[in-house]
Amino acid sequence: MVDVLMPALSPTMTEGKIAKWHKKVGDAVKAGDVLAEIETDKATMEFEAVDEGTLAEILAPEGSEHVAVNAPIARIAGEGEDAKLTVQPQRKAVAAETSTPTQSLPPRGGPSAGAVGGRGAAVETPAPAAAKVPSPPVAPTPRLERETEWSGPTTTMTVREALRDAMAEEMRRDDAVFLIGEEVAEYQGAYKVSQGLLEEFGARRVIDTPISEHGFAGLGVGAAMAGLRPIVEFMTWNFAMQATDHLINSAAKTRYMSGGQMSCPIVFRGPNGAASRVAAQHSQDYTSWYAHVPGLKVIAPYSAADHKGLLKAAIRDPNPVIFLENEILYGASFPVPNDPDWIVPIGRARVVRVGEHLTITAYSRMVEVAERAADMLASDGVSAEVIDLRTLRPLDVETVVESVKKTNRLVSIEEGWAFAGVGAEIASRIMEEAFDWLDAPPARVAGKDVPMPYAANLEHMTLPQAEDVVAAAKAVGYR
Amino acid sequence: MAVAAKRKLKSRPDEPTEAEVSAEKLIDLYRRMLLIRRFEEKAGQMYGMGLIGGFCHLYIGEEAVVTGAMAAVELGDTVITAYRDHGHMLACGMDPKGVMAELTGRRTGYSKGKGGSMHMFSREKNFFGGHGIVGACVPLGTGLGFAHRYRGNSRVSLTFLGDGAMNQGQVYESFNMAALWKLPVVYIIENNRYGMGTSVSRSSASPNLYGRGEPFGIPGEQIDGMNVLAVMAAVQEAVEHARSGKGPFILEMLTYRYRGHSMSDPAKYRSKDEVSRMRQEHDPIDQVRKRLVDGGFADENRLKAIDNEVKAQITEAADFAQQSLEPDPSELWTDVYGEVEA
Repeated sequence: MVDVLMPALSPTMTEGKIAKWHKKVGDAVKAGDVLAEIETDKATMEFEAVDEGTLAEILAPEGSEHVAVNAPIARIAGEGEDAKLTVQPQRKAVAAETSTPTQSLPPRGGPSAGAVGGRGAAVETPAPAAAKVPSPPVAPTPRLERETEWSGPTTTMTVREALRDAMAEEMRRDDAVFLIGEEVAEYQGAYKVSQGLLEEFGARRVIDTPISEHGFAGLGVGAAMAGLRPIVEFMTWNFAMQATDHLINSAAKTRYMSGGQMSCPIVFRGPNGAASRVAAQHSQDYTSWYAHVPGLKVIAPYSAADHKGLLKAAIRDPNPVIFLENEILYGASFPVPNDPDWIVPIGRARVVRVGEHLTITAYSRMVEVAERAADMLASDGVSAEVIDLRTLRPLDVETVVESVKKTNRLVSIEEGWAFAGVGAEIASRIMEEAFDWLDAPPARVAGKDVPMPYAANLEHMTLPQAEDVVAAAKAVGYR
Repeated sequence: MAVAAKRKLKSRPDEPTEAEVSAEKLIDLYRRMLLIRRFEEKAGQMYGMGLIGGFCHLYIGEEAVVTGAMAAVELGDTVITAYRDHGHMLACGMDPKGVMAELTGRRTGYSKGKGGSMHMFSREKNFFGGHGIVGACVPLGTGLGFAHRYRGNSRVSLTFLGDGAMNQGQVYESFNMAALWKLPVVYIIENNRYGMGTSVSRSSASPNLYGRGEPFGIPGEQIDGMNVLAVMAAVQEAVEHARSGKGPFILEMLTYRYRGHSMSDPAKYRSKDEVSRMRQEHDPIDQVRKRLVDGGFADENRLKAIDNEVKAQITEAADFAQQSLEPDPSELWTDVYGEVEA
């Protein structure tokens, strides 16, 4: 004999009513037959048989209310079994209040349903509620070695050229690497970043797309799942909002959702943040959006050397990487090591200026603002330490903490909005890990909390300026 | 030009071209469909017992589509689908034990219990998921096709989607790129007539889904998706088209799901008559069973033996899925990032 149990017909159902029996005692039952209609908290649903045989006994007659999920409501005799056919006379035979001993599973939605060790699970821990949530590993991602300081020959080049060289070198090294995006091939890049790549690598590996961010981002993720290493260029990150589902749901989560089976080695890159006078829809810093998401790595470099070394690291990385560039920086020149194997490890900040009175953190173009502010502060006798964060996820908290333990003061700069931003995260981490070393509350210098205005004066007011940083520095220094 | 494109569109659910198969192959198809049916019935039951949580979308009624399609492909061809995916996994040859254990959220599941019903994968069987967002598997499947073409390996991407996904913009972005670059992708629309509770006629200005690739020059056909041999023949033809470098193909399989959209769907949007008519007159498994018996290819004893074998396989999977342990708590933090290779 097989007990037919009261089914849970929705994720929240704990009890229900037997609205109608479609089979009566003695009827033959086969898999798929509708046995009964059951009224749940949401609707009346048909309940089908899974087991075959003869309906031998109805334990919860029509009209029974408050029947607990998993309480037996009928019994089916299998082939050759001697079925004693009965209907229980009383209507409240299996009401929830008189739950039967066979009901060993806690009801869906009960207190333990969402806890570690769910319903009816063969867990090792004695009580699900007692199961302890393990702490995260000390370093959620493996600590990479510090980059070696380069003392060899360098060439001065623009950020634009450094990015192009990084892609070209990696494409020479690995045939699985290709570049795809709008205007990357024949036009040579909307911002001329991919200049010359079509000539060298051909149309198989440098691919112009239609204006279909959602589609080509998803196509890139599919190709990465199949083992290729796409570099997907967004003409600007503003347009990637159309593709965000694939960046997060398809790329970032797949390794975890597959228990480590799937990999998604892909780089999404393009200019991020404000350019100049292009107004609200084309001027936004997305750093904190993507830095929020486990499974992604997020990079926003400043110097040409870091653009090159980090883009090469991103292309070789087995995870989806968000690589945030800046249009205004494309033309800026810096010395870059002459070595195709020179790589900057992801997840390492860099102290670009040593100081003692306060720490300033910045990334991307804001490093320039930080340096300018540090110059202004220096002339005022204040020595600022400037940290270029470079990678936002995983964030190099250690370097910032070390610095703050020395300077006891912190100012963070970001082009994006302050709310739930990068500075908010840094301030929180510093309070958790260096609270006793702080001599003042950390200060945030961020983009003003408005959509980017078009007018030149208003745009200037919206973006963090060196003067804002100096003012914040003086505030944390109580000057 | 328009005339030439038009000729590529065919609706022939009532006059199917059927694949020619041996009696043994037909028995094999019967067994495969039955495995999916019994698996899904068991999953429904285990959901009712609280052993499976969250969303659970059953494939009951639609078995002929994936079974016929997988009978038409070669080793190495890739498969991707949305969230009504248990049948696809079984049809790809994934172990029912591992699939069921994933449904119960155990460490022995295909995703170690971290993915659940909608998120399972098998690199070994070339099954690329299992995707929970309507329409998202279409650009992903197009990307699989892109990778095949990039590598020049003559593999084909079978990209399954539902009728509901056919009103997602990214589907047409994908059709455009697949046609533009002649990617080896066969799009298989499982038209079960309802996107959740909204019928195709209430959601689609043009109900002929197979014709939606026409502006891109993609041939399309509408097929009786309850007839496994008709599905097989159509997919053979479409796969051959894609493999030979002619680009994508769209197949609209007219099918039907007997159960609700998910477990908590009372299915008020359709009549009971409609459901029972489909079950009684068009059931994909009954159709093959009748053929086998009427043609004298298998007698009742043989079929009963198959039923029992399948049932035993499902019982074993269900036991395995209940006896396996939940993931070790330390698994909470693993598989977020992959290690950089030296």
